[in-house]
Amino acid sequence: MNEQVNTAQLTPADFTTDQEVRWCPGCGDYAILKAVRTVLAEVGARRENTVFVSGIGCSSRFPYYIDTYGFHTIHGRAPAVATGMLLANPDLDVWIITGDGDGLSIGGNHLLHILRRNLNCQILLFNNETYGLTKGQYSPTSHQATRSPSSPGGSVDSPVDPAGFALGCGARFVARGVDTQIKQLTEVLKAAYHHKGASFVEIYQNCIVFNEDVFEDFTAKSNIADHQIQLESGAPLLFGKDKSRGIAFDPSSLGLKTVDASSGEADILMHDPANYNLASALARFANPDNPVATGVLYDNPAPVYTGHPVSTGKRSLEDVLRGGFSWQVGKNE
Amino acid sequence: MNIASNKELQEQATAETVVVRLAGDSGDGIQVIGSQLGLASAMAENDLGTFPEYPSEVRAPVGTTYGVSAYQVHFGGRPIKTIGDEADMLVALNPAALKTNLDTLKKGGVILIDVGSFTQRNIEKAGYESSPLEDGSLNNYHLLDPDISKMTLEAVADTGLNRKASMRCKNFWALGLVYWLYGRDRSPTVEWLNRKFAANPDVAGANVAALNAGHAYGETMEATATNVARMDQPPGTYSFVTGYEALAWGLAAAAELSDRQLVFASYPITPASPLLHTLAKLSDIGVRTFQAEDEIAAICAAIGVSFAGGIGVTSSSGPGIALKQEAMSLAVSAELPLVIVNTQRAGPSTGMPTKTEQSDLNQALYGRHGESPLVVLAAGTPAECFDLAIEATRIALTYMTPVILLSDGFVANSSSPWTLPNMDSLKKIEVKNHTDTENFNPYHRDPDTLARSWAVPGTPGCEHRIGGIEKDYATGHISYEPDNHQKMTDVRAARIDGIAKSIPPLKPDQGEAEGEMAVVGWGSTYGPISRAISNLRARGLSVSHIHLTHIRPFAPNQNELLKGFRQILVPEMNSGQLVNLLKAEGCPHAEKLSKMTGRPFQVKEIEEAVMSRLEATDE
Repeated sequence: MNEQVNTAQLTPADFTTDQEVRWCPGCGDYAILKAVRTVLAEVGARRENTVFVSGIGCSSRFPYYIDTYGFHTIHGRAPAVATGMLLANPDLDVWIITGDGDGLSIGGNHLLHILRRNLNCQILLFNNETYGLTKGQYSPTSHQATRSPSSPGGSVDSPVDPAGFALGCGARFVARGVDTQIKQLTEVLKAAYHHKGASFVEIYQNCIVFNEDVFEDFTAKSNIADHQIQLESGAPLLFGKDKSRGIAFDPSSLGLKTVDASSGEADILMHDPANYNLASALARFANPDNPVATGVLYDNPAPVYTGHPVSTGKRSLEDVLRGGFSWQVGKNE
Repeated sequence: MNIASNKELQEQATAETVVVRLAGDSGDGIQVIGSQLGLASAMAENDLGTFPEYPSEVRAPVGTTYGVSAYQVHFGGRPIKTIGDEADMLVALNPAALKTNLDTLKKGGVILIDVGSFTQRNIEKAGYESSPLEDGSLNNYHLLDPDISKMTLEAVADTGLNRKASMRCKNFWALGLVYWLYGRDRSPTVEWLNRKFAANPDVAGANVAALNAGHAYGETMEATATNVARMDQPPGTYSFVTGYEALAWGLAAAAELSDRQLVFASYPITPASPLLHTLAKLSDIGVRTFQAEDEIAAICAAIGVSFAGGIGVTSSSGPGIALKQEAMSLAVSAELPLVIVNTQRAGPSTGMPTKTEQSDLNQALYGRHGESPLVVLAAGTPAECFDLAIEATRIALTYMTPVILLSDGFVANSSSPWTLPNMDSLKKIEVKNHTDTENFNPYHRDPDTLARSWAVPGTPGCEHRIGGIEKDYATGHISYEPDNHQKMTDVRAARIDGIAKSIPPLKPDQGEAEGEMAVVGWGSTYGPISRAISNLRARGLSVSHIHLTHIRPFAPNQNELLKGFRQILVPEMNSGQLVNLLKAEGCPHAEKLSKMTGRPFQVKEIEEAVMSRLEATDE
């Protein structure tokens, strides 16, 4: 082994490769890349112990730009490849980078299974509601009536909500971030890193070429206050300018409702990331009438999947070979 | 009493080999008594071959022809390489079993039926218009027709089992009579029953009682017992194994020989699943198994295992292998070790999943996108399954390549005696992880093997990124340069071709290295070809048997060897896939012998094909 292992704290630059980053100028991926490098440095990640695994799509070029181990695999299958890595070496710190097409169309099955098994990894799903690499077709997260090369009359498919999907799969950590809200995104990624088990982070990402500003109604600076509720564990669910509005339980729908918080009389809920029902309701609670919840929706650890237990030393292969009915022919020498 | 040791009987005519076919309803326990007859025969110093045939329905309605399960055992005093063309004895536990299996019995053969099951209703269910016991249709056979149902109930009456559980013992009653007829020792079966039902001594006792009652019936009815020859087997420790067991143990042995973690990732499919089941029982010797959500996840997980430094193995049958093809190409591009086992079945599509075929050779050779050369091996016997599992792993690790190991429903499920290998005598697989950080480049190649360096996550200073995108020959970084793609395509092919250097020279399995005709085979046609050739050679014909285990690349001297024969005949359970490869690669005079029925070749089919060609050239 290399004797000169440097155990000093690494910086974001230490996680930067010599490869030229080739995303479109202005792509939201740059900001996410920067946030991830920052997080790796801040949490004290070791390059040699970290693996970035991706599928296919713009986002899946990510591993080439992080100076750790990396594997750019095939469309939708990164969770399956990551599963094998963790079965062979559970000590690895595995990050899966995927997009809305990669993770929820072709790879939906694998995403479901890695979440319900609860392998110890971070899954970052870059959602831009479009297929960027294949030039702008509508994706499984695209809003209905999205016009695209493959849906000139507007898409007819009903979109999937990634966070709701993850919760339905049994994910124990589900969060949302925004490419332009770096401070929150960094905090969310750190929480994902520290969660033991599969951490799912949906990142609203702006595709400037095919779907520019699709999230503008809640991510534009001027819209954040009124159209986003930034979740914080143990804090009241308040949003709006001067925190004048809040979220309360609505007994009639068994769901949530937005209420006026300024009078101080409303029964505003506190955010508890361990509350599955609250997380599910927050995942569904959205525009146009309600704010989009960002931050950590759900964080409730459960045992980590390590596969069927394996042991050695009880039997040898010789014991196995001779364990059935065996018999001796000729002299036993 | 062991008949074979009875002096008086030994003076009678001795059968060199015997074929017994057992058939009954899928719930009758036919597979269990079949494998017990095999075990008892192996322990009676017989060589043998066995083969189960079962329906694709989980449990078809009782008494129907499509619910019949069968098991054929061929045993005797000379090397046995097939399950036998025709049966000497047919055990048919109900009318449907008789109806569907009678054509496998030779004229004059023995039929054992349970007359108690020949009710009007069962006879009709089997599709008979009149009772075969009364309409003379069995006149050419020797019929034994005890009421096995009734006598089984009597035999187990004291055991306290209810009627339904008691009736389940009738397979062992029938087996007891078969044992008497062929002088098999009951003790291995008694021991097996006591072990199998250790938690349920009533059930064990009832089955033993039924076995003994069937045996006693043979003595009292004074049926003619047949003495079966014994054979001189080379000294050693023997076991009775199926192909899938030998394959599973070979993979476990390869992990031990290379000192690496074996992770076997697969998704259930007939007839490949028994490999998963067998390996799943080896977790206590360090084998890890993963039942993935689908075929694609299974191979991708195996690739992830190899990326992380373990031995990734995946397994399936034809339709599942088709789903794995994109990922195979990834493993070719990423140059990672990977073992892919294909237990072939009859196709196309869902085809006949419980029937055997060798029709995925082209899929193995060409079933990927782009130029994706990899290694193809094929196993034809349980012993070969063990050896080639190690060989596949050796090649995969040494050359950083995926290897497809072909098996099929026949070789996987048939069983035979096997000389247990001595682990100490097996050669270690020495492949080290790359840890040198000086000028590290993941696509730096070993000049001898052309294998790239294998640095695994966890190794400081060797961090690198790989993927399916074309890589620069010198640096390993992404490259779309035209000349570089040509060079990488060439080096990937040269690496696979170069493996031939490490393959032992091919020599005939039987016969001279030149002559009138060579019969060339691969995989599970080994047995019928081998037997046919030894029969023909005993008649003085100049015929040799050449058996291929390495199909890509071929053994280095293969073309040279084949050129020594005037005629080449290639029997295959497909429409001529190997023969086309041989023709394309320097053996234009190869001729096909094709069979696609879902059943293995019969010895006589191969003998006749060889004879007709040899006679034609005499004229």
